[in-house]
Amino acid sequence: MNLNVLWFVLVSVLFIGYFFLEGFDYGVGMLMPFVGRTDTERRAVVASIGPVWDANEVWLITAGGAIFAAFPAWYAAMFSGFYLPLALLLVALIVRGAALEFRSKDAHRRWRRTWDGLIFFGSAVPPFVWGVAMGNILAGVSLDRAGDFVGGPLSLITPYTVVGGLATTGLMLLHGALYLGLKTEGEIRERARRAAFRVGGMATALYFLFVALSYFYTDFPQKLGVDPGVVPILAGLAMVAVRFLLLHERYGLGFLMTGLTIVLSVATVFVDLFPDVLPSRIDPSFSLTVYNAASNPYSLHVMTVVAAIALPVVLAYQAWTYWVFRQRVSVRDHFHY
Amino acid sequence: MTALGLARLQFAVTTIYHFLFVPLTIGLALLIAILETMYVHRGRDPGLRRLIDFFGRLFLINFAIGVVTGILQEFQFGMNWANYSRFVGDVFGAPLAVEALLAFFLESTFLGVWIFGWDRLSPRLHLLSIWLVAGASSLSAFWILTANAFMQEPVGYVLRNGHAEMANFFALLGNPQLWVEFPHVELGALATGGFFMAGVSAYFLRRELDVESFEQSFRLGLVVALVSSVLVAVVGHDQAQHLVTAQPMKIAASEALWHTSPDHAPWTVFALIDPTTQTNRAVVQIPDLLSILAYNHPTGRVTGIDELQQADVARYGPGNYVPPVVLTFWSFRLMVLAGTLMIVLAAVGTWWVLHQRHRAHPQFLRMMTWAIGLPYVANIMGWVMTEVGRQPWVVYGLERTAQGVSPSVSTTEVWITLLFFGGLYGAMGLAAVYLMRKYIRLGLEGREPSVEEPVPAPGWGVDLS
Repeated sequence: MNLNVLWFVLVSVLFIGYFFLEGFDYGVGMLMPFVGRTDTERRAVVASIGPVWDANEVWLITAGGAIFAAFPAWYAAMFSGFYLPLALLLVALIVRGAALEFRSKDAHRRWRRTWDGLIFFGSAVPPFVWGVAMGNILAGVSLDRAGDFVGGPLSLITPYTVVGGLATTGLMLLHGALYLGLKTEGEIRERARRAAFRVGGMATALYFLFVALSYFYTDFPQKLGVDPGVVPILAGLAMVAVRFLLLHERYGLGFLMTGLTIVLSVATVFVDLFPDVLPSRIDPSFSLTVYNAASNPYSLHVMTVVAAIALPVVLAYQAWTYWVFRQRVSVRDHFHY
Repeated sequence: MTALGLARLQFAVTTIYHFLFVPLTIGLALLIAILETMYVHRGRDPGLRRLIDFFGRLFLINFAIGVVTGILQEFQFGMNWANYSRFVGDVFGAPLAVEALLAFFLESTFLGVWIFGWDRLSPRLHLLSIWLVAGASSLSAFWILTANAFMQEPVGYVLRNGHAEMANFFALLGNPQLWVEFPHVELGALATGGFFMAGVSAYFLRRELDVESFEQSFRLGLVVALVSSVLVAVVGHDQAQHLVTAQPMKIAASEALWHTSPDHAPWTVFALIDPTTQTNRAVVQIPDLLSILAYNHPTGRVTGIDELQQADVARYGPGNYVPPVVLTFWSFRLMVLAGTLMIVLAAVGTWWVLHQRHRAHPQFLRMMTWAIGLPYVANIMGWVMTEVGRQPWVVYGLERTAQGVSPSVSTTEVWITLLFFGGLYGAMGLAAVYLMRKYIRLGLEGREPSVEEPVPAPGWGVDLS
């Protein structure tokens, strides 16, 4: 494996980490106004992700930094091309972070209600935007010879990409509901379980719709870079299994299944893309690939050494924090948020 | 306004705003770590713990805005500066990625551990987590300044295939600009933290509230404020001397030195600058001081703007290589003024503390509270001088700012995001200031009665469960 491919894999791993970890954060944020019926319950819901959400978000920051460092032309084309959607994503992330930190710091009703609404907004928008973005990347975007996006913001919204956005949102909602099943107890857990039932069917249907539409809107069935084989099938099966696990209140396994769906789906997207990183619809020869978008070998080499040392350490201490905060959150807790 | 002008305005707004919060994060994290070290080693004195919790609350309000506005920083190079990203991404992207890998993960993970871990970790492990947060926030400054130093003084690269490629990572790390810039920024951050802690404590000392506790934090804050204010000026002097050879145009502009100085170069305290005629009126000068600042010697010519402009035209081709002189000149002077006041106040305060007289001077305590603003003026003005003084270059001598902008982003799009981010930042700033004031006034006890039920409203009548 050469370094260009290795960095493509590393970027995929960072995105997988981001979608898996922030996925449940977003789900919890979206569910918070619904499964928390009292203020204390809402504080418990926020506390369930309190110690970890900020660190989870760093996976996205790192993915952004890694794309910049390893594939500058991809970074430049994607972020200037998806300009307004990306700005919307950033507004959502900014608002959400502030809202999670600030909501419980003042007792006024309007204060808390406003931030609660913003937590929902800030948690629902990112999965949707990423789903739309993934749909666009899979379908190819209007990249010109210089690698600049020439399509205009409205060209990013198609039925296919909107379904992608909804499917991603549904999947993360479900992922968050199962996380709440794992991390909370009593009423909150029961409401999260019922919410998972309510949205689970829809989320699964949207997910399969998106997969099916991919056959019409993208050319990947014809030009698969690498055959993903059984990966997407497994992802779909995992999604179906969640319903049965919920029936038997097996939250741990259920959470593993939504997690598996996320991991395998994101992996499939990247495997499908390879060796492209941003395919051009105008002319395939304008597509950005792991080779023409990459930094020089020396730069990739330096980055590889840093990542090889740092990533295992990061994984170790992040895993350790999940162990430290493994206990369930209860409404009887003393909250820091 | 052109797309270029808007993109520059947006970068200025979002980056200056972000940097309002960063120095306090760096400085206060270290001060809280020191407090917690005292706490652990003094048999867990409950008074110190309440002090840690108090400053911890203020730290977190500040940290929240710093973090969320930092997300934008990682992406806006690609959004508004796509051609810049293509041109230098090979070199510039690496420190950003390393910053995320080595510093951001560490900082955010252990901050979560610190906030939520009081009852779950041993005191020593808990202490370690705040030291890791403090170390990581300084480490993050180091890496982002590695990237910025490359923009000021490109090193360790080769030009190939129309863009800059990294040739030597260690040259980036050894960039002489980095080693004058990083200590200056780091010490400025410590001064910000020191003045903040001292100023907030002074507020309570003046009102005779929890005097025993706030006396400790006042002294700690003051010592850090004094040491770092003096040192930040010393390394600032080094940085200016480095600029004389590395970026002479920036020095000339910051002095409004239109023509090369005589052998004894005076330092201009005040001048009414007219950039169109390239003249200064109502000039107030201190003899020889510019020579001393530039060379540590009362004689020595400092090259003027006209001569440098000619040399740049000869080197880079026709064009205007003069940065906005008025802005560069005055931002430098405001920084120096704020820095001087910081040194004087911290020195007077330390003198009085040593003679046990500081509490006899309520006016002084009030001034210390207002002085919280001084490091902010110095921090922001320093950056304005650094970044504006580098114009018209985005990477000094390699790429002009006008060449770096995104070709595919329209003026309308930049307007939309500028208004959105501007409005959002304004609202968040108000919320943060409101909370800061509130939690300062609540004092050491800090906790307001938590409202139980009924708050909920969002849910919008939808029953998901």
